[in-house]
Amino acid sequence: MSKEWPLWEVFVRAKNGLSHRHVGSVHAADDRMAIEAARDTYTRRMEGVSLWVVRSADIVASDPGEGAALFEPAADKVYRHPTFYSIPEHVKNI
Amino acid sequence: MYTTELKDKNQKSAPVTTVAEDPAKLAAFEARVAADDFIEPKDWMPEAYRKTLVRQISQHAHSEVVGMLPEGNWITRAPSLRRKAVLLAKVQDEGGHGLYLYAAAETLGTSRDEMIEALHTGRAKYSTIFNYPTLTWADIGAIGWLVDGAAIMNQVPLQRTSYGPYARAMVRICKEESFHQRQGYEIMMALAGGSPEQKRMAQNALDRWWWPSLMMFGPPDENSPNTAQSVRWRIKRETNDEIRQRFVDVTVPQAEAIGLKVPDPALTWNEARGSYDFGPIDWEEFYAVVRGEGLVAKERMKARVEAWEKGAWVREAANAHAAKRAHRAAAE
Repeated sequence: MSKEWPLWEVFVRAKNGLSHRHVGSVHAADDRMAIEAARDTYTRRMEGVSLWVVRSADIVASDPGEGAALFEPAADKVYRHPTFYSIPEHVKNI
Repeated sequence: MYTTELKDKNQKSAPVTTVAEDPAKLAAFEARVAADDFIEPKDWMPEAYRKTLVRQISQHAHSEVVGMLPEGNWITRAPSLRRKAVLLAKVQDEGGHGLYLYAAAETLGTSRDEMIEALHTGRAKYSTIFNYPTLTWADIGAIGWLVDGAAIMNQVPLQRTSYGPYARAMVRICKEESFHQRQGYEIMMALAGGSPEQKRMAQNALDRWWWPSLMMFGPPDENSPNTAQSVRWRIKRETNDEIRQRFVDVTVPQAEAIGLKVPDPALTWNEARGSYDFGPIDWEEFYAVVRGEGLVAKERMKARVEAWEKGAWVREAANAHAAKRAHRAAAE
C-alpha cells in the first residue's frame, strides 16, 4: 500500500472582517493540494472567501488533564469583569 | 445518507462491556456525558465508547461513499440537464459527507487506510439500503425522498451526539442534506403527475424502496442490545423504533399528497397514539442483506475496490509531485 497522504486542518474565513474558523480536515500530498481539496470539500456553498490549511501534526494542543491548572485560576478573578464594580445608579456613561 | 450500527445476527449477543476501566475516570466520564457535555478527541474515554464510535462513524462514512454508486449510475442518463446538474451536486455532497465522517473517526486513532481496507475486505458494514439496485429514473426520486429522508430523521438527533467531532460533522451534513430530500420528492412529484406510465414508474419505485427504507433505522429495539448503552452515553439520542415511527408518520402524508400509495396493507392511522400503525418488517431480509446477500452487494464492493485500485496511480502521482516540489523548494 502506498504512503497515506498527511492530514491537514482546514480553517475558513466566512467573509472579510471575520476570523478564520476551524471546519474540519483533509488528506493531501502537499500544501497546494490541501488547499484544493479543502476548497472542494468545505466551500461548495459559498461558505468562505479565504482558506488556511495547517499540517495536523504541527498543531500543539493543551492536555485536557491540565485543564484545571490552565483555566481554573481565571474563575476566582471576577474583578477582571466590569460587572464586579458597583457604581451608583445616578452616575451615567461609565 | 446514513447507517445505523450494523452487525450480523450472530454478533449481536456480545454487548460491549465496560469492565476493567478505572472506576473514578469512568464515573467522571459518565457524569459529563449525562450532563450533555461534549467529549473531545484528547479527553479520556472508555475503550468501549471509542470502539463503538469508530465502528458507528466508519460505517456511516462507508455508507456515504458506497451511497454514491446507486445514484452515480444514473448521472449520464438523467432526463434533463437540470436533473443532471442536481444529481451531480448531490453525489458530490455524498463524497464530502464521507470525508467529514472519516476525518471524525480518524480523531479516535484509526487511519483512513485502515478504514478503507476494512470496507474493501468486507470486515466493515455499510447501510443495507445501498445493496438494492436502482432500476429506473424513479428510483433516484425514491432514494432522495425516502433514503435521504430517513437519513435526515436519524442525523438530526446525532447533531447532539456526545462526541464533538461526530456532532460537528453531523451539523454540516444536515445542512447539506435537505436539498437531497427535496430534489428526490420533486422527481417523484413530476413523475406522479405525468403520464400513466410515469405514474406507474413512481409507484413501482415506492413499492420497492419503502420497506428497505424502514429497515435503515436498524433492528427493533428489543433486538438491539447496544442501544441502551449507546443511549446512556448519548452516542444515540433516540432508539431505532422511535425514529422509524417518526419517519412513517411524516412520510405517509407526503405519499398521499402526490397520489402514491405506501405498499403496506396494515397501515392505519391510530387516533389514540397520534401515529400510524404499520405492518411487520421482514427482518430476515434485513439480516440477509447485512450478511452480504443484498441483490447488488458484490457489484458494489467490486466497483469500490476497482475505483481504489485504479486510482492508486493518482495517489502515487500526487506524492511524487509533492516530493518534486519540496525538492525544488529546497534547492532554491
